[in-house]
Amino acid sequence: MSDFEPVSGNTNPEPGSVLAGTGTGTGSAPAAPSHGGAGLSARQVRLRATLQATGMLPVLIILAVGFHLLGGHRFLTAQNLSIVAQQASINCVLAAGMTFVILTGGIDLSVGSILAASAMGALIVSLLPDFSGLAIPVCLGIGAGIGALNGLLVAYAKLPPFIVTLGSLTAVRGLARLMGSDNTVFNPNLSYAWLGNDGLHILPGFAIPWLAIVAMVVIVLSWYVLRRTVLGVRIYAVGGNPAAARLAGINVPLILLFVYALSGALAGLGGVLSSARLYAANGLQLGQSYELDAIAAVILGGTSFVGGVGSIWGTLVGALIIAVLSNGLILVGVSDIWQFIVKGLVIIGAVALDRFRQGSGVRT
Amino acid sequence: MSASAPEPDAATPRAGAIAALEMRGISKTFPGVRALSNVSLQAYPGEVLALMGENGAGKSTLMKILSGAYRADPGGTIAVNGQPVSIDGPQAAKSAGISIIYQELALAPNLSVAENIYLGNELSHAGQLDRKAMAEACRPILERLGTPFGPNTLVGSLSIAEQQLVEIARALHAKSRILVLDEPTTALSARETDRLFALVRQLRNEGIALIYISHRMAEIYELADRVTVLRDGSCVGTLEREELSADAIVRLMVGRELSSFYTKTHDAEAVLGPVVLEVDGITDGARVKPCSFALHRGEVLGVAGLVGAGRTELARLIFGADRRAGGSIKLEGKPIAPRTPKQALDAGIAYLTEDRKGLGLFLDMSCGSNINVGVIDRDAAAGGRLNLQRARERAMGAFQAFRVRAASPLVQVGSLSGGNQQKVLLARLLETGPKVLILDEPTRGVDVGAKSEIYRIIDELASKGLGVLMISSDLPEIVGICDRVLVMREGSIAGEVGGTTGVPVTQENVMVHAAGLAA
Repeated sequence: MSDFEPVSGNTNPEPGSVLAGTGTGTGSAPAAPSHGGAGLSARQVRLRATLQATGMLPVLIILAVGFHLLGGHRFLTAQNLSIVAQQASINCVLAAGMTFVILTGGIDLSVGSILAASAMGALIVSLLPDFSGLAIPVCLGIGAGIGALNGLLVAYAKLPPFIVTLGSLTAVRGLARLMGSDNTVFNPNLSYAWLGNDGLHILPGFAIPWLAIVAMVVIVLSWYVLRRTVLGVRIYAVGGNPAAARLAGINVPLILLFVYALSGALAGLGGVLSSARLYAANGLQLGQSYELDAIAAVILGGTSFVGGVGSIWGTLVGALIIAVLSNGLILVGVSDIWQFIVKGLVIIGAVALDRFRQGSGVRT
Repeated sequence: MSASAPEPDAATPRAGAIAALEMRGISKTFPGVRALSNVSLQAYPGEVLALMGENGAGKSTLMKILSGAYRADPGGTIAVNGQPVSIDGPQAAKSAGISIIYQELALAPNLSVAENIYLGNELSHAGQLDRKAMAEACRPILERLGTPFGPNTLVGSLSIAEQQLVEIARALHAKSRILVLDEPTTALSARETDRLFALVRQLRNEGIALIYISHRMAEIYELADRVTVLRDGSCVGTLEREELSADAIVRLMVGRELSSFYTKTHDAEAVLGPVVLEVDGITDGARVKPCSFALHRGEVLGVAGLVGAGRTELARLIFGADRRAGGSIKLEGKPIAPRTPKQALDAGIAYLTEDRKGLGLFLDMSCGSNINVGVIDRDAAAGGRLNLQRARERAMGAFQAFRVRAASPLVQVGSLSGGNQQKVLLARLLETGPKVLILDEPTRGVDVGAKSEIYRIIDELASKGLGVLMISSDLPEIVGICDRVLVMREGSIAGEVGGTTGVPVTQENVMVHAAGLAA
């Protein structure tokens, strides 16, 4: 654990003046056991400390085992897990970007639309005979560009992130449709299609999907940036207390610009992955409501909606929970309609859990 | 009985009288921590009992037991007017006639005064709120308190001092006979404080038992009939009014003699030495009128004045936190024009905010991160990779130099006491290697022991040649450690004492300028 990880702990001899830490560790970074609590019983305090240390990982494991038992032992097989990983990967990439944004106390509702617009751009470029090699850079560029626009409006025009990205959610969706004249763009010879449909063959007959590898790389890089670089510390600082960050000499608008641009760029990467998988892009349908799954993954991962507290590993677990739910519910034969209901309730339950972990939310 | 002077007689109603509140043998154990052990206190009708103790001594825990937020361990008893009561929740405290007014007021800003007073037991008529009846019922109480506002005023439009009156009105309306005031003057100006004191005396004379929690010695002298001191969760003594003295209280609170509360060993000749910061005609065009002064190397220059005199605004202008409308700044003779705090920090000016939690610390982060956040970019390797080794060294170094009392730099800074939080924030500023240090109320909300340590740190920094500009509303502290004092009034520097002026730095001389009484 480094000096830079927000660590839970309580050494104040006057318990109750301080609530137990707000908890950030998920999996990799267990929080120090807290021995304070606002008038809770010892059992509640222990329970809370355990929840903080492990995050939603137990929920993920219980879900996986449960689906395995209910679904006729078909869930925990190499083949099915590979499918789950594939399903989780695009959301994982979007949620990683969303984690940066939410850590600063913001939100990015436009990632689904950015994914569609950048995928359209990639497909169109891939069909140009002389420029097809530029498809991926163009895709990432469109994403980063739109993200940077969001960031400019939030950081320098000081508009509320919810409003800015709600606007671009709609506008960029329209842009995506405009790009293909509201038609599906199809390229059967897409040069990077292997990214979406092949994998790294580590054993005969078993491959790790490239999608999952890309997602893992994104997660690990995000961890590195957040926990091991100056930029990461500043992102946490801006989210934790923007006014203090400014007085501490941090260029707050620049940090905000970065996180929205990054979120956009990762949405662009999501566009690469989606179009690679489908050999096609459609401005109307691609990436519809992906932003909601991404936000859900971040929140399930325990990242605080007010900013400053959270971890990328939590986001990974959150994205996996959502993928496991989708896959597992199909496996046990739950109808499409009920899947929506169950997923929604799980998200609300997770936020309730988050509240419990943070106590009454009062900080002294 | 006079309404202003605390007469000695006021302390005697307890001869044979029944205590309004008697807490006996109260203990509270949290998992791993014993917050209170066997604490007893009595408060009599018609007296002001001051409750003192360092941060972390157990005052808040004791009051939370009284308010029903916590339950005490079995074994202790609480009696109100001689009758044992069981306080198992806020409602029980209320029906026992106990009201607590916290530092952070608990009012709904979007409701009227009357609605706030009736919050939770609104009057209604056929299912509709009876606003008229509520307002009428509140009027006599507001008149008794002499409030300048009526029952229909929106609470959000009132000042903090006025909101406090609403809280007191709510307590009186609930027929409370025991009123606890938790550091009520923290956010009040001198005039508002005087008004509050008059009200406290009035309520005492009406026979209410008041428990007054404060760090400020002057207030304790002025108000208290008795002082009960807590230390480390135990009651270490109760002083009668005639036994009150700063030494006696501090000795009880800290548990040791403070040989010298204020440290002033740095070179007093510094005021004649080279100038490190020169400010000429700086203004924001609104609250700060053009101000000019010079700060010398190794000097502690105080900035006194009433709340609202523009002291913080002046500091923020120099630090580049707010936009300057005019004037110039020279640091070591070179003109600088900081437009952001970052530019000021890079030039060598550091600023300690008066609002430690709101504008200073990252409460969710560790002490180590808080100390390092200003210098991580200087320490970082290529590509912005954190130098964790260097960060640990800096944090450990600061912990030792400032005697921060926390288990390790990994501890979340929000869990420390005010004094230790202040040391962490101070450490962050000093890691940037400033030439000029601007301190804005450096000992606000800090307990007595830590105050003395902060004075020692300031003195050490001045000895090392830093120019220190210290804004403070605490006159004894200004007098105790400053070489020279600027006094601000209504956005201008109204006067100067000490240094080469020939006028000695005394509270009276400072107040003369602050109040605009100078000839």
